[in-house]
Amino acid sequence: MAVPDQTRDDKRRLDDEFSDLYRAHLRDVYSYSYYRVGNHHDAEDLTEQTFLQAYRHFERAQRESNGRPLRPWLIRIAHNLAANYYRDRSRKPQTPIDDAGALSSPHSTETLVEDREDLKRILECVQELPDDRREALIMRFALGMDNREIARALGRTDGATKVLLHRSIRQLEQLVAKAEGPTEPPALDGAGPS
Amino acid sequence: MAADVESLLRLALAPIDPPAELEARVELTLTSLVELAAEELEAWELSAMKDPRNWPRQALRPAAAVVVGSAAAVGLVAVRTRGKRHRRRALSGGVFELAGRTLHDVGTEARKLVEESRRR
Repeated sequence: MAVPDQTRDDKRRLDDEFSDLYRAHLRDVYSYSYYRVGNHHDAEDLTEQTFLQAYRHFERAQRESNGRPLRPWLIRIAHNLAANYYRDRSRKPQTPIDDAGALSSPHSTETLVEDREDLKRILECVQELPDDRREALIMRFALGMDNREIARALGRTDGATKVLLHRSIRQLEQLVAKAEGPTEPPALDGAGPS
Repeated sequence: MAADVESLLRLALAPIDPPAELEARVELTLTSLVELAAEELEAWELSAMKDPRNWPRQALRPAAAVVVGSAAAVGLVAVRTRGKRHRRRALSGGVFELAGRTLHDVGTEARKLVEESRRR
């Protein structure tokens, strides 16, 4: 008695589709993991665990997705694993994020070098945000996810996600302004009384 | 700067390319899991097969798991498959194909056990 051809074909198809998913979203999962945990070593572990979990549950996820993209599902797995990572090890994200990796490799233009301090400051402020706000910003800006995708990844409604993003940015603006300190009035060259 | 926060966020939170070795590492981990499952279940087979009364029931369990086709079944299934692993590796183009071949071999062997137990 052999394994039915249909079963074998289904398994092959499933594996092929998982391979596609893996290749398409390795960078997304790694980016998310990196910005969540703040260092490359743990980001690699988190990415690996995410795909192992995803492989185990891929068939069901695909069945229940009704054809919708699976990226939010993958990120949700990473999100849950990251939460366990902090809970189990009683630690918070490292601050600042490995600046050698985050700020040098993806940004190489002169303009970005000039903005390096600004970028470093904003990353530090992102780390000060509450978890849900920080995650929403990572999903939006690092992964380019839209509101609907973020909502699925976080298990929220689209409306609640829109509000979350808005508040995250407002709070970040306040944190950045506070970090910059009070702005000095512009110097008035030669404007003084003679 | 507040007005530029969104633009700065796009720059600061740029996507990070994973290390080149990460992809190979994940694939290796998946491969190792498949092999580990084979070894664990070989041990399971030896203990389960000692008692003939368990043969039909024990042999049906992995067979059913293969029919389901779930990747989670990797953790439950492997009977008499270890001896074929070099051949599987040689024939497989990647980890997922290797996992598929392993499950296929396991299913075949499990069904052989079912048939053997029925004949007794």
